[in-house]
Parts: sequence; C-alpha cells; structure tokens
Amino acid sequence: MSEIKIVNLRKQFGDFVAVEDSSFTVEDGEFLALLGPSGCGKTTTLRMIAGLELPTDGKIYLDGEDVTYNRASARDIAFVFQLFALYPHMNVRRNIGFPLLSQGVPKAEIRARVEETAKLLRIAHILDRSVSGLAGGDRQRVALGRAIIRRPKCFLMDEPLGTLDAEFREVMVHELRELHNRIHATTVYVTHDQHEAMAMADKIAVMNHGVIEQYGTPQEIYNRPASMYVADFIGSPPMNFMRFHSGLERGTRSIFLDGFEIAVPEVGEDVAPGEMALGVRPEHIRFSDRSPIRGAVYGSEYLGTNQIVAVETASGIVKARVSADHSFRLGETVGLEFNPAKLAVFDCASGRAIASSLYTEVHHG
Amino acid sequence: MSSLNVTAHSVVEPTPTVKRIAGAIVIIYALVTMVPLAWIFLTSVKSPPDSISYPPKIVFTPTLEGFCNLFTTRTRQTPDYIQSLPAPTGACDEITRNRNMVIAGPSNYWPRFGNSLVIAFGSTFLAVSLGTLTAYGFSRFRVPLADDLLFFILSTRMMPPIAVAIPIYLMYRQFGLSDTALGMILLYTAVNVSLAVWLLKGFIDEIPREYEEAAMIDGYTRLQAFWKVVLPQATTGIAATAIFCLIFAWNEYAFAVLLTSGSAQTAPPFIPTIIGEGGQDWPAVAAGTTIFLVPILVFTIILRKQLLRGITFGAVRK
Repeated sequence: MSEIKIVNLRKQFGDFVAVEDSSFTVEDGEFLALLGPSGCGKTTTLRMIAGLELPTDGKIYLDGEDVTYNRASARDIAFVFQLFALYPHMNVRRNIGFPLLSQGVPKAEIRARVEETAKLLRIAHILDRSVSGLAGGDRQRVALGRAIIRRPKCFLMDEPLGTLDAEFREVMVHELRELHNRIHATTVYVTHDQHEAMAMADKIAVMNHGVIEQYGTPQEIYNRPASMYVADFIGSPPMNFMRFHSGLERGTRSIFLDGFEIAVPEVGEDVAPGEMALGVRPEHIRFSDRSPIRGAVYGSEYLGTNQIVAVETASGIVKARVSADHSFRLGETVGLEFNPAKLAVFDCASGRAIASSLYTEVHHG
Repeated sequence: MSSLNVTAHSVVEPTPTVKRIAGAIVIIYALVTMVPLAWIFLTSVKSPPDSISYPPKIVFTPTLEGFCNLFTTRTRQTPDYIQSLPAPTGACDEITRNRNMVIAGPSNYWPRFGNSLVIAFGSTFLAVSLGTLTAYGFSRFRVPLADDLLFFILSTRMMPPIAVAIPIYLMYRQFGLSDTALGMILLYTAVNVSLAVWLLKGFIDEIPREYEEAAMIDGYTRLQAFWKVVLPQATTGIAATAIFCLIFAWNEYAFAVLLTSGSAQTAPPFIPTIIGEGGQDWPAVAAGTTIFLVPILVFTIILRKQLLRGITFGAVRK
C-alpha cells in the first residue's frame, strides 16, 4: 500500500484547462473522494494518476517515486471504470485473473487467487458465468475483484456506482467502505454524489472548473466550507445565502442584515466594503417569535423525522430544517433565529469564505 | 373526444398477417434471384445439344460431360483408333470416347482456380490486416489531418478502378508485375483497403476505449491490449469486412482480363474462353461457374453469424 502525492498538477486540452494547479496528498490507507459536478476535472485528475492521460504540467508521486510520465502498466495501480469495462469475450474467472496473467503468475496460483478474491467479494458462485448476463451489482463486484487481485499500490475508481439504481447503490456504498476497512488500500474515488463521498471517504476534495475548492475531512467540508461553491454543493438542501452590503473589520462579532444585528463567529480579517453573504445551514435555523428576521412561510417538505420549511424573507428564500411536530400554514409569518457559532460569511465577488473563529477553533461536532 | 383503441398485439411487433406477407415476399424474391443460379447448375449437367436447344429443356438426361470437358482437353480420333485403345479408365474417358474423342490432358481450369484462391484470399488478408491497423490508429489516436486523410482514403473509390486501367497496365509492365499473382494481390488490396478502413473504423469506434485502458492498467502494453482485448471484440466487423473484400477480389473481371493472360490468370477471365467443337461449350462454362461459386458460398456460410451483424453495421447491440 502507499501514498499518492500530487503537486501543481495541470492538464490542458487545446484551449480548455481541465485541471488547474492541483495539489494534494492521499496518505497510506486513506480513502479520498474527488467530488464535483461533471466536467470539473475530477475524472481527468484520476486518469492522470492512473497514467491514462499525461499531465501538461506538475508531478505525480506514488510512494515517493516520480511516476508522472510512467506508463499505466508500470504504475502498479488498479482502476475501476464507470462502466466496469469487463472484457465481454472472457468469463468472470478469466476477467478477474487477467491482471495476473500479464505478470506471468503460474496458472495454479492464478486459480487459487481468483477463488480467494471471489470469496472475499462473495461472487464465488458466478466464477464460470459469462460477464454479459450479470446484474449491475455483480458486474461491480467482478470489476472490484479484477482491481484487488493484484494487491496494487492503490485503487482508483471512476464513479463506479453511477450506473446502479439507487437502492443498490446504498448496498454497494456500504460494501465498498467495508472492503476498504478490511484491506486498507489507498483509494481515490471520483463521484458527483455528495452522499457517496460523505458516507465513504476519509477526505474529500471538492472540485469546480478544474480547481480544488476545498480539501478536508467530510466534517470540515460540511461545517467549515471554504467557498460559497462548496457550501452550495454540499448539503441537501444546500446552505442558505443571505446577501448584505458591508465591509468587515478584524475582531467584529456581528454583521447587519436588513438593519438587524446578527451575531457571527469572530471575524479574522479586514474586508473592504462589498457584496457579502451570510451562510446558514438549514439545521442551524430555529423559529423564534422574538427574532427580528421575519418572513412568510412559502412551502414545506415533510421528511418524517423533520421537515424543510421555506420562508420568504427580505433577503430571499431561506430553507430551515425544523422538527416535524409543528405544521405551518402557508403565508404564516415566522421569525428566524440562527445558531451564532455555526454561521459563515462569504465575499460574494470571489466566493471565498471570510476568515473567522468558525475556521480556526477546534470543533466539537 | 378521443377513444382508446385497444389492440391485442404489441405496437412494435408485426402482426401474424404482416409476418406472413413479409415471408411470402422474401420467398418470392429468393426464388427470383435463385433462377439464374439454378439455370447455371442445370446447364452444367446438360449435354451440349441440350444446352442450346430451343425451347429450353427442363426435363433432360443429366450427364457429367460438361464437367469432363471443363477439366480436360481432348482430340478427335477415328473410330478405328478408339476401338484399338484399351478399355476406358473412368466415366470421363467413356463419355469422351462416345463423342469419338480421347482425353489429351488436363485443362487449365484447376490452375486458374488456384490462382483465384491465392489472389482473392491473399488480397483479402492484406486489405483486412492493413485496414484493421489503420482504422485502429484513426479511431484511437489524434492523427494530424485525420478527417482529410480519411476522405483521401475514401476518394480512391470515387471513380471506377478500371478508369485507371491504362496507367496501371503501363506501370505493371514497367515493374514486371504483369501476369503475376503478387501484382494482382497488390492491386486488389489497393482497391479494397479503403473500404476496409472505413468499415472497420466504424466497428472499432464502437468498442469502448475503457477495455484497452483497463488492460493497460492491468499490466499490458498497448499492442498486447490491442491483440488480447480489441481484436477479439472486432471479430464481427473483421469477418464482415473480409467477406466484402473477398467477394470483390473473387469476382473481379476487368483487371484480370487486362493484366493476366498466362500463369497468373484467375478463373473469371478463363471460364468464358472454354471453347468446344463448333462454338462455346456451354455445359463446360456452366460447370466452371458452378464450381467457382463454391468457395465464396462456404466462406459466407462459415461467417454468416458475423455477417448478419456486420451488414447492419453494428446497429444491433450484443
């Protein structure tokens, strides 16, 4: 097993910059999710680590060794493709054993290792079947089998659950994480699905337009988003943004929204006047009649354990996640109170989060 | 007002009546196209007088005379001389003697047929091999001016090949390629390779790159990946392309007449030159044609599964 280190990686196709100046390190045994919308450069990054694309600039280290321009076959990595890429002219057994064949492993050993791998993935009963008749989940397991049989330095997975139906995806998310816990392989997992990333990954890199917007644990990404983009992309419903115009001074502990003072985590920098946004997660909003921030109930969405209530305020529609016990009439006026410790402030022009104690203090949950 | 029309059959599946009509049309069409083939076969087992009788004979006594005449050359002899010979050694010997002739030796049919086999299969193999490699290159790599090059390749088929017969004739004479099997193989390969590139590019484009990428990550070189992963999946397209190339090379007449006359002559220009006594020996010509059809028939039957998928140009998914 090993460490993957990427330094200032950049990839350009003609005039189009697919990946811009990306750097991160995946530690030995860590599970990293590259998360972002389609076209954000996450798959290109993965393919460069695999050796399927050569970077325009930058370096890739595998276990300290510079492999930037090495051939894919010389990198000792495994790749699980979105459409699995199981060889249709081979049965399951030959598909799983194919990587060993290239290394000249003796037939008897290939057989033994294929069976061992199949047992690990609980697909021993389909070894002699043709791959074309397999169900989605089994195809997925065969693809995983082909990846893990070689005990490669690391696993790269490109949206491997993208084609499965929702119900099955949940099962596979669980299975993948369980497999990772058992074999502790360094893994880079590309997905556009925040739930998959949150559920499986030790670290998440959120990408947008070829740039890594934020790199951190799922908790950091969720609780302390580095940009409006990340705050908006992660969470469902996403973080609410309430816009205001102001400058900020270092040490300030409140901002003014529609003329009402709102307590926020201590601001850590001076900001010139401009368009700003207060970021509030739906679950950090309480309804309180004493609050000066008021709005009319616009709609609600019942989720069983709680409900999402949309409220039309002077700063736009704000969604709050509140207890499901109370039911609201449409048009009913409510007051909104925010959890002051959890608020984030963003600079609208750059989208960047303003430094504050939210980002510097050690968090407990 | 709209009313729901409930029908017992599916909207995409044809009804039994439609199927029956379609079946009848196919059978009638097949019969019509088979008539000339049946006529050739019947003529090959007629005697020379029967073959030119009018109205044509449907009922006649079959004879192997046509095949005997196809395979042999004969000389006319006096009845006395024929009487003095030892007993005939085979059916052909007997048929020939009944016509007051004796077999002088084998005809050129089998050598010509052999030339056809070597030239047609040789050029097909070359055209398909080169076509597969070229198509793979165009399909997978960023080739500079790829579109222009592909158009250029196709443009070689924009006029009938025979239009360049004279330059080719002069060129072949200069290079000593006239009347050689190599010359004919090169010529047919040149004509077929553009078709092969275009057909195979379509097939290879359809094979997802992921398969090769998976193989390369699994520790294989690109060439190994091409050999072990791409080729096995391209067999359908390769088979279909091979049949198209083979049919062209096998049936080609004009260049064969022009460029071959002796040792490299193929069957198509040879068959019409079979002359009997007092004119064309139609049963022998028909016999030569019947045998000539066999290889292509066998090849097509062997590859018919691939061909069926191939003719639809990959429209039918596996």
